[in-house]
Amino acid sequence: MSRAGKIARRTFLIGSAAIAGGVAFGVYMAKKPIPNPLLDDLKDGEAAITPFVKIDAEGITLITPRADKGQGAYSIQAYLIAEELDIDPATAMITPGMPGQAYYNASVLSEGVPFPAYQDGFVAETLRDFMSVPAKLFSIQMTGGSSTVPDGFDRMRLAGATARETLKEAAARRVGVARGDLRTENGAVILPDGTSIAYTDLAAEAAEIDPVTDVTLRPASAWRYLGKPDLPRLDMLRKCTGTEVYGIDMEFQDMLHATVRANPAVGTAGARVDASAAEGMRGVEKILPVSNGVGVIANNTWRAFQAAEALEIEWSAPDYPGTSEGIFATLEQALGDPDSYDHRQRNEGDVDAALEAGEVIEARYRIPYLAHAPMEPMNAVVRVLDAQVEIWTGTQIPLFIRDRAATIAGVEPEAVKVYVLPMGGSFGHRLEMTHVEQAVELALAVPGRHLKLTWSREEDMSHDYPRPASVAAGRGKVADGKVMAFDLSVSQSAMAPEWFGRLSGMSLPGPDATITTGSWDQPFDIPDYRVTGYRAPSMVPVSSWRSVGASGNGFYHDSFLDELIHAAGADPLAERIRLCLHEPARKVLEAVGEMSGWDGPSIAEGRGRGVGFCMSFGVPCAQVIEVTQTDEGIRIDQVYVAVDVGEVLDPTNLEAQVFGGVIFGLGHAMNCALTYENHAPLETNYHAYEGMRLYQAPQIEVRALSNGSRIRGVGEPGVPPAAPALANAIFAATGQRIRELPLNKHIDFV
Amino acid sequence: MKLTVNGTEHEVDVEPEMPLLWVLRDELNIKGPKYGCGIAQCGACTVHVDGMAVRSCQLPVGDLEGGVTTIEGLGTPERLHAVQAAWVAHQVAQCGYCQSGQIMQAAALLDLNPEPSDAEIDAVMSGNLCRCGTYPRIRAAIHDAAQKLSEA
Ligand code: FES
Ligand code: FES
Repeated sequence: MSRAGKIARRTFLIGSAAIAGGVAFGVYMAKKPIPNPLLDDLKDGEAAITPFVKIDAEGITLITPRADKGQGAYSIQAYLIAEELDIDPATAMITPGMPGQAYYNASVLSEGVPFPAYQDGFVAETLRDFMSVPAKLFSIQMTGGSSTVPDGFDRMRLAGATARETLKEAAARRVGVARGDLRTENGAVILPDGTSIAYTDLAAEAAEIDPVTDVTLRPASAWRYLGKPDLPRLDMLRKCTGTEVYGIDMEFQDMLHATVRANPAVGTAGARVDASAAEGMRGVEKILPVSNGVGVIANNTWRAFQAAEALEIEWSAPDYPGTSEGIFATLEQALGDPDSYDHRQRNEGDVDAALEAGEVIEARYRIPYLAHAPMEPMNAVVRVLDAQVEIWTGTQIPLFIRDRAATIAGVEPEAVKVYVLPMGGSFGHRLEMTHVEQAVELALAVPGRHLKLTWSREEDMSHDYPRPASVAAGRGKVADGKVMAFDLSVSQSAMAPEWFGRLSGMSLPGPDATITTGSWDQPFDIPDYRVTGYRAPSMVPVSSWRSVGASGNGFYHDSFLDELIHAAGADPLAERIRLCLHEPARKVLEAVGEMSGWDGPSIAEGRGRGVGFCMSFGVPCAQVIEVTQTDEGIRIDQVYVAVDVGEVLDPTNLEAQVFGGVIFGLGHAMNCALTYENHAPLETNYHAYEGMRLYQAPQIEVRALSNGSRIRGVGEPGVPPAAPALANAIFAATGQRIRELPLNKHIDFV
Repeated sequence: MKLTVNGTEHEVDVEPEMPLLWVLRDELNIKGPKYGCGIAQCGACTVHVDGMAVRSCQLPVGDLEGGVTTIEGLGTPERLHAVQAAWVAHQVAQCGYCQSGQIMQAAALLDLNPEPSDAEIDAVMSGNLCRCGTYPRIRAAIHDAAQKLSEA
């Protein structure tokens, strides 16, 4: 399926009249040509054909600007380019490149539009395209929001195709034949007589001519890599041999090793420090203040950790409640309070009238703060030399880091180079940059030396910006075996404005959609249907966590829907299907029904199944979970998942991402919370915050459908339905309805 | 102080309490073993000492007795160990950060128990955390490696 019209509109006319009318952000700036970051770095003889492909006599380099945190971005971006460029990506150099505005991420903001993702009408589509203009203005070269594939699908193939046709044009001019008579294969242009000229041999000539931009993308039926089963990930061999170099593995001659201790009340300054015990310890070179804490510079990471532990520190307290109890009381207070009203993006029928009389079903829910806790703790290597700053780190936000480092070091952004490295997980943690700020502060004290800052696991977990805690209240009504009224209110501190403010220093006006994302935008048709967001005061500073707003809202919306369906006496799956107004979503519900052989929520005495559904990032995902009540607790027997990403580019990795999403969703729903005491979480390492271990991991079966109209990413949509599907299954097996996460506060698991 | 890693003898000048993990990573620049928790809760730092899986973050280098094998010594991209080959075949790794430890643990398991059941795999491998959730493929890859090793 080629979508050339759409491609032209998005890639080239993004700031033009076609989408100009009414953009509030300044079309003029968006129309200015975007500087090509590669041009700064080009050696003689290299031809910069597009910012995604570099070719010189030595070889072909593919630039994959979306960072790999485990989701396979590195690999799929290279395949997208290679598919049109006609090369084997395993033979190319692949690098994330220098951060640059040309790599702005149009898709990550496009889900912020006030249209649910299942609406594909003209206005919704146009607004989604508008939103790529602010992405460009805000310089958001960002990885997140399951956006790598949707954002790169057209652009990176187009880059490959443009490069290919330009190389053909160069060959055509050299030998005096028409470009149309040439073809390409395996990194070479093939002449009509069968002679081949390597791309690398054409690089210099290709640099001399205007790029050929009137290219047509190949239809899926002609694909050689994309959509094929067993597409190997290009980083797999390195990751199975210990040879992948993560940020934490960077090594330089005479490098210093540092760590920090910062105020456990995140974002709060002020401390009294006694460093006398730490100062004389072996290998300790310097102990210095950093923002909100203290840094130790030593000649070995362990020595830095030991010295940091030996510091005696008295922290000052923040102005928000210091305990989980106080935090939840604040959230409860804002829930339904007109002064805390934030937004209501769904309001159908007349909910107030519907709930005025008769039997109203009510339920209250809550979810805790959660840490991201990726396996690789936060780290960064920084060197400051002659007013230049170099940074090596695994990050989703290289441009924000560049600008902040420039401010801290007092240099121009152009004097900062950010080298993005593979990440040992993120789940949203690497959308923050406190550790890089600290590393720059410390590196300024040791000019000319490389300094690696590593957070201990304890520092990493207690200085995470967690997934927001929130509370919700559902009120609803059923009649004649049907769900008739659904009213959900959610109260949470504002997440998106806090995060954006931390990164950019700018305030994000308007409501915070993340409070209800995953509940207001579900593809159901209920006669009286309303979802309202309430903004609680800022407390523990919070951030995005894999699947963002939907991580909690998926639980709220689907749990309450399940309660209403049970109250109506309807079948949980059949009633969801009846209420569903979006064809691809209905199909995933039907698919999990078929996969699980669904014949009702009860399987046998002590055995039950639950269905969970959430549409997030435009991807409808349904899950059926089967559980058994045993003497040792609940055992998860089997999970069936159906998703629709529009078009599956890498089936093997899609399955891996869904496995990972389900396990992430289940593990945290079952076992994890950050509990606050004295302004700090009690859980600071994996013994108290496990997620899921192998022995709890269920069998998971995945089916990918392709009925959706747009191509979508799958890194996150597997997460939200897992928690409600499990809670609904536990209800089916035991009759116990659990409305608070983690579930293990209320029930044991095997 | 002397220690042998992947067949090579090294001399290091460190305090005996320094955990083997940090001697490997920061003194010898052997980066395959990873730091994840420092308290024996994640297994990312797993290496072999005389063939036994050991959490290197917990072993003071002064207490080390025997030769150390890290993932770099188990197999190389050109010459994969059967467990690594199974990991590649099953496309196990996502972020990959835990996988050095997972592979070292699995190799030690198969050494002691060439045909582990699912329950035995669960018991031995549950000390190795994977935050990306690669567990279903880890199970499959271990069975596959077991079979390949028994045929060899
Ligand atoms: S770092 Fe050794 S077990 Fe986690
Ligand atoms: S693959 Fe990422 S932690 Fe295991």
